[in-house]
Amino acid sequence: MTNPITPPATIRAITQARLSRNAPRGAVGTATSLAFALDHARAREAVHSELDVPRLTRDLAQAGIEHAIVISAAQHRDVFVTRPDLGRQLPEDQASTLTGFGEVDVALVLGDGLSAVAVALNGAAFMTELNTRLTQLNLRCSPVILARQARVALGDGIACAMGAQTVVMVLGERPGLSAADGLGVYITQNPTDHTADSARHCLSNVREEGLPVTEAVAQTCELIKQMRATGLSGVALNQRLAIDALPEN
Amino acid sequence: MTYYADIGGHRFAWSSLKHLLAHATPQRTGDDLAGLAASGPVERLAAQHCLADLPLKVFLDDVLCIEGDDVTDLIFSQHDPEAFRVVSSLTVGGFRDWLLNPDVTGADIQGLAWGLTPEMVAAVSKIMRAQDLIAVSAKIEVVTKFRSTIGLKGRVSTRNQPNHPADDSRGIALSAIDGLLMGTGDAVIGVNPATDTIPDYIRICDVLETIRTQLDIPTQHCLLGHVSTAIASIAQGAAVDLVFQSVAGSTKANEGFGVTLPMLTEAHDAVRSLGRAPAGSNLMYFETGQGAALSADAHHDMDQQTMETRAYAVARQYSPLLVNTVVGFIGPEYLADGKQIIRAGLEDHFCGKLLGLPMGVDVCYTNHSYADQEDMDVLLTVLTAAGVSFVITVPGSDDIMLNYQTLSHHDANFIRNTLQRPPAPEFEAWMERNGVGTADVKLPSIDSALGQLRLPAA
Repeated sequence: MTNPITPPATIRAITQARLSRNAPRGAVGTATSLAFALDHARAREAVHSELDVPRLTRDLAQAGIEHAIVISAAQHRDVFVTRPDLGRQLPEDQASTLTGFGEVDVALVLGDGLSAVAVALNGAAFMTELNTRLTQLNLRCSPVILARQARVALGDGIACAMGAQTVVMVLGERPGLSAADGLGVYITQNPTDHTADSARHCLSNVREEGLPVTEAVAQTCELIKQMRATGLSGVALNQRLAIDALPEN
Repeated sequence: MTYYADIGGHRFAWSSLKHLLAHATPQRTGDDLAGLAASGPVERLAAQHCLADLPLKVFLDDVLCIEGDDVTDLIFSQHDPEAFRVVSSLTVGGFRDWLLNPDVTGADIQGLAWGLTPEMVAAVSKIMRAQDLIAVSAKIEVVTKFRSTIGLKGRVSTRNQPNHPADDSRGIALSAIDGLLMGTGDAVIGVNPATDTIPDYIRICDVLETIRTQLDIPTQHCLLGHVSTAIASIAQGAAVDLVFQSVAGSTKANEGFGVTLPMLTEAHDAVRSLGRAPAGSNLMYFETGQGAALSADAHHDMDQQTMETRAYAVARQYSPLLVNTVVGFIGPEYLADGKQIIRAGLEDHFCGKLLGLPMGVDVCYTNHSYADQEDMDVLLTVLTAAGVSFVITVPGSDDIMLNYQTLSHHDANFIRNTLQRPPAPEFEAWMERNGVGTADVKLPSIDSALGQLRLPAA
């Protein structure tokens, strides 16, 4: 016999929807209204947050990791938000600062994206762990490139400037109302200046309550191994893996 | 062909109709992004002056000018010269005045629907203020029907959108009940799935069908998966009321959604074959949105509002029950802020209604837009004045699957109580029978819903 009443904790475990405990006949109550406005304010603050470069460089230095800093053609936050095309472009004077790092297999890029708050929470930890794991695989990593006003495709230009065949672009995802701290990880093999989104692999919602950093790094390394073995990423890699998985006739 | 306007001793010129339309469009970031916008407000007004003086007839030529675009072909095949005759001698400006003339009735305007092309409608909207868009839309009554009747004057319907990030059956059911308890869902109970597999499609349809039948709700449900998944699921016996698809204004943009016109025809035939609806019912549901074509690099140098209006030609081919623009979902690179979202919402609603569509609006925004819930209050209120067919509501305005904000179920109370717009008559009577909105509501509460609903096993 099922219990006809579902306990509130069970309901919360089933859905995070903002359900009403009893059916209100009018407007939302003051507390709910202000809580919603606060969540939105946090999300807006995350969108307008800037990369905390001094703190990131200190954290990376403590882990013994070098860094470099670039800024996209978007230059300013307000331009960045409405002009994604500029956030994807690496100006020539920025690209020229990325030479002289020697042979690089994997370019590591940490960008602000749409939430520098997410980068501040887990960005340095992700890059430190990834750098360690890739080095164990005998892959030469670039310094961590801290990219300001960055969209995903900015990583392609960075990888090209450094001569890297693989690029890992980590940046803050568009904040939701309930969480503004999700990182997105985009991995691309043989990036060019016109790489299609379908040629990337993406891990999303990298955060404590989502996909934890250690798990995300492990998945990233596994993908990089497959990409470097096949020369493919994104849909093309998935198709290759699907064919390889077919039983032989 | 070159188009000119002389303003204050300066000559402005446009090399094509497409170019002129883009420059005449009220400012929005998507046209800036595409490099199509006027350089400033004076050039924009010059383009609007030029546009106002053009005969409507010029839009009977191919405006997109792209070889082999089947949306263009559809627009020509739909055009009814007999219906067009009433306004065939007017300029765009004269057409605006005609629409606003108090002696011109809603029925007069509706009689024109198949005589108008999307480009004519987009053109006239560009020289109309918000008040004009509201005044004309409010005259038009587009009525569609399945188990409920949508679009009657003086009523506003709602889509109850019980999305869940993992498509959990119980999560969807709880969210749907939350809305039903506040009187939402007379247009449709419609779920955007996180997955797009046939078993999930069939399962979620079962969940919605269970809720509808067990609570005897005079409404319809819809799973907003891809049309190809819908066709396959129908073949496997899914309980499908409405088939959904996102559509856009060019062949290439529709390819971006993985859809062709023959696929839509096949889906329409398939859902009709189920015989679930009373004869003559409308069986399709479409969503659109300014910027969709540009984001698929399929705008062919046409401004985003004109491309959006072309999508309505696709929609009206299938006599849909519901169509809505998802106006603020696409983000600030297409519609920057509350002002642009509000204007676009009014334009889309007006253009859809003029072309004969049962037009609703997803009154919404994302967290990287310069917009907030107050802008949504304003847009809801002006759309209600304009006679919008339906809007979309979720618990607490927070869509936990699509990660954006739309209206809340509480807003249905505002629509009924303050704006004085009840839902569809069949649904209103159901609410009354079940005491919805009173202390004596007979529906299951949130706490008791999972115990009382006989949901299919997950």
